[in-house]
Amino acid sequence: MSYVAVKGGSTAIQAAHRLVRKRMRGDPDAPEITPRQICGQMHLGVDRVMAEASLYDANLAAQAMLQAQGDMIEAIFLLRAYRATLTRFLDSMPLAMDTMRVQRRISAAFKDLPGGQQLGQTYDYSHRLFGYFDRLETESEIESGKTAVPPEPMTSVMDLLEKEGLMEPAAACAPPAENTQQDITQHPLLFPATRAQRLQSLARGDEGFLLSMAYSTQRGYGQNHPFIAELRMGEVTVEITPPELGFSIEIGTITVTECQMINQFQARSPEEAAFTRGYGLVFGHSERKAIAMALVDRALRAGELGEEALSPAQNEQFVLSHCDNVETTGFVEHLKLPHYVDFQSEIQTLRHLHKTATKDGADRV
Amino acid sequence: MSYRPVPILMARDLTLSFGTLRALESVSLEIYPGEVLAIVGESGSGKTTLLNTLYGVLAPGAGEVRFGENGELDRCVQTLPRQQLRHLHRSAWGYVHQNPRDALRMEITAGGNIVERLMAAGEKHYGTLREKALFWLQKVEIDPKRIDDLPTTFSGGMQQRLQIARTLISHPYLLFMDEPTSGLDVSVQAGLLDLLRNLVSEQRMAVILVTHDLAVARLLAGRIAVMQRGRIIETGVTDQVLDDPQHPYTQLLVSSVLPA
Amino acid sequence: MTIYYNFAYLDEGTKKKIRRTLLKAVAIPGHQIPFASREMPLPYGWGTGGIQVTAAVIGPEDILKVIDQGSDDTTNAVSIRNFFRSTTGVRTTTSTREATLIQTRHRIPETPLHAGQILVYQVPMPEPLFKLEPRVSETIALHAMADYSLMYLKLYDQITRYGRIAIGYEYPVIVHDRYLTSPSPIPAYDVPKMHMSPALQLFGAGREKRLYAIPPYTRVIPLDFTDYPFDPVNTRQPCALCGAVESYKDEIVIDDAGNRQFICSDTDFCEHRR
Repeated sequence: MSYVAVKGGSTAIQAAHRLVRKRMRGDPDAPEITPRQICGQMHLGVDRVMAEASLYDANLAAQAMLQAQGDMIEAIFLLRAYRATLTRFLDSMPLAMDTMRVQRRISAAFKDLPGGQQLGQTYDYSHRLFGYFDRLETESEIESGKTAVPPEPMTSVMDLLEKEGLMEPAAACAPPAENTQQDITQHPLLFPATRAQRLQSLARGDEGFLLSMAYSTQRGYGQNHPFIAELRMGEVTVEITPPELGFSIEIGTITVTECQMINQFQARSPEEAAFTRGYGLVFGHSERKAIAMALVDRALRAGELGEEALSPAQNEQFVLSHCDNVETTGFVEHLKLPHYVDFQSEIQTLRHLHKTATKDGADRV
Repeated sequence: MSYRPVPILMARDLTLSFGTLRALESVSLEIYPGEVLAIVGESGSGKTTLLNTLYGVLAPGAGEVRFGENGELDRCVQTLPRQQLRHLHRSAWGYVHQNPRDALRMEITAGGNIVERLMAAGEKHYGTLREKALFWLQKVEIDPKRIDDLPTTFSGGMQQRLQIARTLISHPYLLFMDEPTSGLDVSVQAGLLDLLRNLVSEQRMAVILVTHDLAVARLLAGRIAVMQRGRIIETGVTDQVLDDPQHPYTQLLVSSVLPA
Repeated sequence: MTIYYNFAYLDEGTKKKIRRTLLKAVAIPGHQIPFASREMPLPYGWGTGGIQVTAAVIGPEDILKVIDQGSDDTTNAVSIRNFFRSTTGVRTTTSTREATLIQTRHRIPETPLHAGQILVYQVPMPEPLFKLEPRVSETIALHAMADYSLMYLKLYDQITRYGRIAIGYEYPVIVHDRYLTSPSPIPAYDVPKMHMSPALQLFGAGREKRLYAIPPYTRVIPLDFTDYPFDPVNTRQPCALCGAVESYKDEIVIDDAGNRQFICSDTDFCEHRR
């Protein structure tokens, strides 16, 4: 009876938490990892925590990873809970994605394009062998090449297609501006949701869940014919417009990954036929998540584009209600909490049924 | 004094498009109390679209459907508040789907399926619900012993009978039927048609019946409306239309030249 | 890095929003009102809805009692009580009579509540119809039309299968003769205590982002059939500690032979009787 003792819950909890403290530190003879080391050497993990917590603060995310002993969902939860206590002053201006300081940019739809393909840092084409990267020297020009200005401006592939009339106009699938209750952290998400609300949910949604949903659309559960128009990663400037100033000021830069996905064309008439859009945008460097988000975004536009929504990835309530890992992990794990009052009523009901059944049986004979 | 019957439902100039496809083109019709009107035509002619527009689950681009029970067409399907339309669908009107699985709750027993409408109307006595369920099982010629069986254990024909019982239990004055017998074997069809004919006359319902099968129309319907490409091209007393079709398309249909 | 938290954790703007939603909930008894649930430092599913409601209504003068499964000393009750003690500094109690604010999971105290008290329920799933109809857009329509035949169908089915209504907990109720409402997963035995209660009953579902309320002295009627009336099952075994017969019991397996003991689930009630 150590778990739900009739008395002594407080003491047990304290002891359990002391154990956590001990395990968190690990081997006391080994040097302790600092948040700075985590930010430096495990930045992709830090990026994931920031993205799914929807709070851009690498130092706090690294602290969260340490306190969570590397459990990413626990770290995300920790940062989310902190985020909920922060006062909201202002909304930022929309990010000017065309001014991104690009560190990586690829297109799978065109071999060459204005601005060129820029590989940047990627595990793609590397062999997954231990020590594979150890033999490579870090050259100084590669280091500086990260921020080098590309020789020509990187024109958006989607814009090119739209100008030619081959892509549905961005304006047509942009969310209505007049709705002020779009922020899902300030207003409850109701169904049907707007595209802006869907994209917010997906942007903070669980990477694994979105990945599986996206994969399902590629395997026949939801029609899709995707091509990556552009995948970009780099720094963008965040600006706000304080009302007392009346003009916008820069407050910092963030790294984001953006995926613009071209999808199958759709037509009511031949002249109207055009490719459709899917969009993904994630804090930090996460191409997997950005691509998955763009696929799921497109799948969720089924209703709007007049497609029959038959698959899970096309079902708005299914995807949005289950993509948030802080919500899902809480409810799945709450089964650990005592349920003995409910279970007791189930037992009693079942016993009662057995008793009555035996009695009825006797009557029938 | 001459008797002039008043329709219980009247559609005027219904037009409906799906994208560039014109599914209904200026369709008008009336239904009179107690009559069976069959809507026939080949597949894709707009029969089911028309039925669903009359029923109020599809909204026409133009035109309206008016209805009323007391000799007055005082209500309009298109402007009726959603709540009232739903109430209408659960009591005074009924809809029999081609596939009984579209209407039945497959995880609920046959008896539960039959009495759902009564519970929606406020019946709170279990014993009464059981009696009504048994009564209607007999009425649609299903063995009352099957009352606590799940519909999944029923044959297609029995599921269709169950759907009919579930719909008729609220005594609708107007019944919408979409190919009610077409998913069934010929021998099963005959029995079901017989049952439907008896129930319709006994319950004094008006029926709008969509069917591609002219034999079904002849057996059940007093009047017939022939559809082609979203329009009603000919309408009249069933025997007259089928024995002496005026429109060239109806003539082709009747001579079975067209695949229905 | 030291981080400062507001009184009762949430910022004042958020608490005000929740209170406004609660006012709406009180005005429409039993009707679920959406609210922008915040992440709390406790996991979703562990009482975040109840915690947000408590955080929104608690004041420095309040005396707080927290129970889980009827007991003040179960792990989750202790954890939530500690949370409010450290973020508000209010006095806590185990006494039902003394508390001004009671947060509960899965039980209603045996000691009758009095006017002026607030009972806050933690609710995992606010929608009583969700197992019968998963589409939220559809359940909203069913509530709007007060069409609860789906739930009656479930009761019909249970009587048919089991000879009685076999819902042991989370028994569906009609509040103020209008809305079908989930009482949260309390045992059916507790449901009559909700009817015409002098206390204000507030319900918070954090993960599902809904709040609802039952104002004092409101009719709360369990769904049933006239010939199969609401009839909750409870053991007739007396409490092994205080001898109470009518109270709701926990069943404790005391040895390998499967012998059992029954003791009151409400620890405060039990201690006062001993």
